[in-house]
Amino acid sequence: MNIAKPNSYRSGPDERGHFGIFGGRFVAETLMPLILDLEKAYTAAKADPAFQAEMNGYLKNYVGRPSPLYFAERLTEHLGGAKIYLKREELNHTGSHKVNNVLGQIMLARRMGKKRIIAETGAGQHGVATATLCARFGLECVVYMGAVDVERQQPNVIRMEMLGAKVFPVQSGTRTLKDAMNEALRDWVTNVHNTFYCIGTVAGPHPYPTLVRDFQSIIGNETKTQMQEVEGRLPDSLVACIGGGSNAMGLFHPFLDDPSVEIFGVEAAGHGLTQLHAASIAGGRPGVLHGNRTYLLMDADGQIQDAHSISAGLDYPGIGPEHSWLHEVGRVNYLSATDDEALAAFQLLSKLEGIIPALEPAHAIAKVMELAPKRPKDHLMVVNLSGRGDKDVPQVGDILRGKSK
Amino acid sequence: MTTRIDTRFAELKKQGRAAFVTYVMAGDPDPTTSLEIVKALPKAGSDVIELGIPFTDPMADGPSIQAAGLRALKVGMTLKKTLDLVRGFRKVDNVTPLVLMGYYNPIYIYGVDKFLADAKSSGVDGLIIVDLPPEEDDELCIPALKAGLNFIRLATPTTDDKRLPAVLTNTSGFVYYVSIAGITGAAAADANVVGQAVARIKRHTGLPICVGFGIRTPEAARAIAEKADGSVVGTALVDALKNSLDAEGRATAKTVNAVAELTAALAQGVKAAKQAAE
Ligand SMILES: Cc1ncc(COP(=O)(O)O)c(C=O)c1O
Repeated sequence: MNIAKPNSYRSGPDERGHFGIFGGRFVAETLMPLILDLEKAYTAAKADPAFQAEMNGYLKNYVGRPSPLYFAERLTEHLGGAKIYLKREELNHTGSHKVNNVLGQIMLARRMGKKRIIAETGAGQHGVATATLCARFGLECVVYMGAVDVERQQPNVIRMEMLGAKVFPVQSGTRTLKDAMNEALRDWVTNVHNTFYCIGTVAGPHPYPTLVRDFQSIIGNETKTQMQEVEGRLPDSLVACIGGGSNAMGLFHPFLDDPSVEIFGVEAAGHGLTQLHAASIAGGRPGVLHGNRTYLLMDADGQIQDAHSISAGLDYPGIGPEHSWLHEVGRVNYLSATDDEALAAFQLLSKLEGIIPALEPAHAIAKVMELAPKRPKDHLMVVNLSGRGDKDVPQVGDILRGKSK
Repeated sequence: MTTRIDTRFAELKKQGRAAFVTYVMAGDPDPTTSLEIVKALPKAGSDVIELGIPFTDPMADGPSIQAAGLRALKVGMTLKKTLDLVRGFRKVDNVTPLVLMGYYNPIYIYGVDKFLADAKSSGVDGLIIVDLPPEEDDELCIPALKAGLNFIRLATPTTDDKRLPAVLTNTSGFVYYVSIAGITGAAAADANVVGQAVARIKRHTGLPICVGFGIRTPEAARAIAEKADGSVVGTALVDALKNSLDAEGRATAKTVNAVAELTAALAQGVKAAKQAAE
């Protein structure tokens, strides 16, 4: 591909929200003034030391940061190659990396005087994080979740309700994450005057992909410091799973300009790339949906296709626009793992390390199982353990029991 | 350049009445019936036709229009077939303005230049693309104007005086004022509040202003037509169509008439409106 290599991979987006041809602001006119307000509020907040100080206080004492960088000794021994470190985002309050971003957006909503928060959620982790911070700050919380996901992620639905949120099962379309996002956008268009839309990943209209990335970059920044402390140098590779791509972008972004660091994003290949899957880069092409141009799964007529993944959090037909750009400029390698590979990785990590991962990062572990044995023993590999598997225990339990019958 | 839209609004102005603008979804419930419906609209009193391009993820539409799009997609409707439908309509009607309304992705995938050429040659007069705000004018709006198509922009209650000039800059044909902050099929706005908004927009443009979202009855269409240059009705027509279908969602002998009858009743409402003095 003839795409000029930039001087820095970290400078995007441009002032109109574009990463190369990706990103932008493709929304109804009703929302435009709000999105421009949000951009202004975010720019001001970023420059305000009081905002950062307040966030840092909550990150430390409420979320529980920094999250550990843990050397997975038994997994390393088992795979017999690279030294594998797990970035323990699953130890955050609420059980995943989603809380980093939600904290930032809720702080912004408070600055903007918004009292009603809406969110979309797939696996429920973003919904739980949003419900949690709304409870903490006394804000009204409405979460849209596809009816299919409401079924398969029951523990998180119950948690959200306990936290005082209203969960709306979305019955339209494929009844999964993309429809939840449509429904959240409809709510936002209807209630623009008092509502803040807290988006759960690095997608949507500008400035969301940027602000979510910035709030998640704490993952990579901590990793850099921690690796320096334990190994005295940068890691050699990074691996993270990709739904919309926020946990991945958070880990990757601080390392993009370190050319020695190999970077791998893992999409969900579902039943396989020639069948039902959710791998937008491997199986899609550029299109426009949900406020941005990015790689999407669609048919020849530009109609959005159903995604499939065993993991509700990866079951989305798109990917954040910055990832699309990093793919086209060749800085990040996008791989994919099937449902079965993720299940095998889920079990391996549970048994070897005593850590039950969420099905989402199990996709990253699945590729670590392929990549690590091919790397030398002094190769330092960091995997983002984006969430814990409590929410998946009933679903995986059913699958494993079904298989053993 | 004068388009069918310009000509139609000039005529209506001479007659001293507001336009009645109808929205239906292309290919709903099937391409053949859909063409019959579109052909029936002008006869029943529609002055301007908005034809929806089906899309899987219509973020600014309510359940009725989303369902209409999915019905059309299910029977194989595409953007190409939408243009065929327009061509079919032009065989019998070469004066009624026809505007395509939809979302950007199907057009982007079709290819912008090819789409504009094909739209123009099939007899499309203008475009309303919900998810292309002025910030993205380079994508389609400016090429469409160059190709001789009107680009009709939505103005909304959140579009304040500071932003209006940006919204109006590349708008032509007419301005579509969305009477509520919300999705299609939502509750109706108060005609007096709409009147104030129309007056506000008129301070910025000489273009006709048509108002839509939430208008369902002849009375509501009349009340809006007294305050604006046109009343737009969509969801009510789509619902009338849906209510005429059989249990499997297929057209029946009643389908075309169901839409035509409601169109005629609504047109009567609009024609009964006394236009506000300008
Ligand atoms: C634990 C976990 N990891 C990853 C994801 C995928 O989102 P993203 O790609 O934005 O990190 C989710 C989404 O629900 C999640 O719950």
